[in-house]
Amino acid sequence: MQNETVHITPYRTHAWVLITLLTFTFITITVTWIDLSALTVFIALIIASVKAYIVLTYFMHLKFESSLFRVFVFMVLAIYVLVILFTLSDYLFR
Amino acid sequence: MEHRDDIGAKLGMWVFIFTEMLLFGGLFLVYAIMRSSYSTEFHQAAHHLNAFIGTINTVVLLLSSATVAMSITAVQKGNNRLAVILLFITLLCAAVFMINKYFEWGHKIHIGLYPGSDLMLTLSHGQVMFFSLYFFMTGLHMFHLVVGGIILTIVMIKVQRGTINAGRYVLLENGGLYWHLVDLIWIFLFPLLYLIT
Repeated sequence: MQNETVHITPYRTHAWVLITLLTFTFITITVTWIDLSALTVFIALIIASVKAYIVLTYFMHLKFESSLFRVFVFMVLAIYVLVILFTLSDYLFR
Repeated sequence: MEHRDDIGAKLGMWVFIFTEMLLFGGLFLVYAIMRSSYSTEFHQAAHHLNAFIGTINTVVLLLSSATVAMSITAVQKGNNRLAVILLFITLLCAAVFMINKYFEWGHKIHIGLYPGSDLMLTLSHGQVMFFSLYFFMTGLHMFHLVVGGIILTIVMIKVQRGTINAGRYVLLENGGLYWHLVDLIWIFLFPLLYLIT
């Protein structure tokens, strides 16, 4: 099966994605300097998730693949979230 | 007529990436539980990590991911020469990452901080958990980085020879996916290990 519709991502898009990711990295570092105690980890994890989303979407090209790929990734992440929830609920409320 | 299935090849690569995500996912789960049980010890232990080296390695990995992504664009446009240069920059970034890790781990081993050392036995259980997870998770990540480097070296040679070209480049795409996975894992490792002081 050939790729009939090849999507070529422009260099400029990759450069912007890189700049965005670097910006988020420095935001994370700055946020951890300010002491927000429990919130710090929470914010750092949210920023990391946003960065991961950008990497998956643009660098890993999910935006331009068939929706089958996105469904698969979503299902794997959903299973992982379920595993986290079950394990944490066991540990925290036993 | 040649038979090939680029989408199938990529789907296979993704299935492999899922297993890798769940492998590290399990470790992150261990980290989450240990951290909730020993939060003060984790904070104390994280002070021993060098956030500066961690930051440099984050920047280096993000840059290397961007150059891999750009090398695909270059091959698609038929510019194999540029693709080889971009892949070479990626490999240089990987080398910088490894050198930083060498100094980082080297310093810890020098002061006697490594799994099973006498110093580790004197630490509290929570700190031992932190350093064990630190060495295991960054070590496993580094192993993936080395494997990714070998894959991208092979890919780079194939781009140079023209075996990978604008007509068929799924190997470059799959090699790139693996490299982005290495980046993806580090995106979570960096704040959780280095920035929790």
